[in-house]
Amino acid sequence: MAARTRYAPDRGLTVRMTATMFLLGLVFVAFIAAIIGIGTAYNASDAAIVLFAVVIGGGFAIGSLFYSDKIALRTAGAREVTPEQAPELHGIVDRLCALADMPKPRVAIAHSNMPNAFATGRSADHAVLCVTDDLMRRLTPEELEGVIAHEMSHVAHKDVQVMTAASFLAIIAALLIRFAFYGELFGGGGRGRGNNQNAALLMFALMAISIVVYAVSFVLIRLLSRYRELSADRSGALLTGQPSALKSALVKVSGQMSRIPNNDLRTAKPMNAFFFAPAMHLAPKGSLAAIFSTHPSLERRLAELDKVQAQLNRRAG
Amino acid sequence: MGFLDTLLGRTKPVQPKLDDLFALPSAAVTLEAGAGFKPTGSGSVCFRPVEGRSFADVQKDVTELLDVSSGAEGGLPIEITKDSYGFTWLVSSRLSDQLDALVTDLHAVNSSLVDNGFGPQLLCTLVAFKDDSERRLALVYLFKRGTFYPFAPLSGERRDNALELQVKGVIGDDLKFEPDLARWFPVWGAPGL
Repeated sequence: MAARTRYAPDRGLTVRMTATMFLLGLVFVAFIAAIIGIGTAYNASDAAIVLFAVVIGGGFAIGSLFYSDKIALRTAGAREVTPEQAPELHGIVDRLCALADMPKPRVAIAHSNMPNAFATGRSADHAVLCVTDDLMRRLTPEELEGVIAHEMSHVAHKDVQVMTAASFLAIIAALLIRFAFYGELFGGGGRGRGNNQNAALLMFALMAISIVVYAVSFVLIRLLSRYRELSADRSGALLTGQPSALKSALVKVSGQMSRIPNNDLRTAKPMNAFFFAPAMHLAPKGSLAAIFSTHPSLERRLAELDKVQAQLNRRAG
Repeated sequence: MGFLDTLLGRTKPVQPKLDDLFALPSAAVTLEAGAGFKPTGSGSVCFRPVEGRSFADVQKDVTELLDVSSGAEGGLPIEITKDSYGFTWLVSSRLSDQLDALVTDLHAVNSSLVDNGFGPQLLCTLVAFKDDSERRLALVYLFKRGTFYPFAPLSGERRDNALELQVKGVIGDDLKFEPDLARWFPVWGAPGL
């Protein structure tokens, strides 16, 4: 079928994302195995600590998932707007929802001096989409639509749920580090000497493993987050059919637009030549900042959107 | 969307449903008998253009095709307008008693976009009606849902909800109406209305 070829999924991205999630799952299984191993080796009553961490961590994850929309809106200082208050914004959302056959999310606007947008909520029916007024000021309607399509792709991909599930492991590991640390400080007060030593050793092992798990899963989660940003870019651009609008929005929002001058070259003063200077001073590839960042670099996102552009323009055959 | 698609963060663009469009002529008869609304003869297709040459070529072919067939039957040439949201509307104007021909025109636009792989870009099709007191009404077909809903604009971006619900009642089962009222989204200033 013709439509199939034009909108084929990006295999490379799929493979990388699957690998990341597989690794995350592997870390999770290894973590559980290590905890069970420690527990049986030391005949520990301290399994209770682990259980405690899982319960608290789980509660925390489910709570944040359930109230994600309220928490995010409160943090951003956003308020929901009706179609009468923001007709253009609602018009864009209406059309994109009809185009993608999605339920319409609630729409909110936040007062901020940063151009930004987010979508959150535990399910598509409880989703809320928020843009800052600065974003609406800076972007043209087409660019704004590109950004909104990107955010709605996050909703369609259930990114809030997926990332919450992925973070679950890191939350538990972080809690265990803390428990083990305090356990080391105060633990074993009334017990015998040999038992005490055992308990201290156990706590130390638990802490060491937790730290490793936390570090590894942290890096993996960030990697997963970057892949999901790329796929939201991709789906958003396919939905609107205008990858270049999203590209120019990305460039503007990243604060790089000032680098593309509006003055005619002939009128530009010699001094202005300095403004062309390194268009992007982003972290070099493979640096720590790149590994820990939640979003892919601008060049990477633009390159992926170039692929979408080529795909849309291909002759269907 | 399946579980795997969710896990891998990918969406399949939704393909349009076209066939229900042909239910319009018989529903129009019911509408005229029950509420006094007659077709004005104009209708439009709204879609999201894709940047690049490939889509532009398809759009050009469609308009040429329709101009030929419409010209032969005494209709006006196809009119292309772009709205403030960046969507393109192809407006076909026929005589008011040529509803069948109009629906065929609209269907031709849809199917040629689908054939060229641009089906996911289709947003809605709209057929205009009015009654003796010049009240305007449109029946809007949502491609992705395969459902219709009425849209009755008043002056100043307000809509006549009472009339819309009345029309839904009058036409009843002759058309597949969109059950979710939240999806009856307004198309202010739609060309051809």
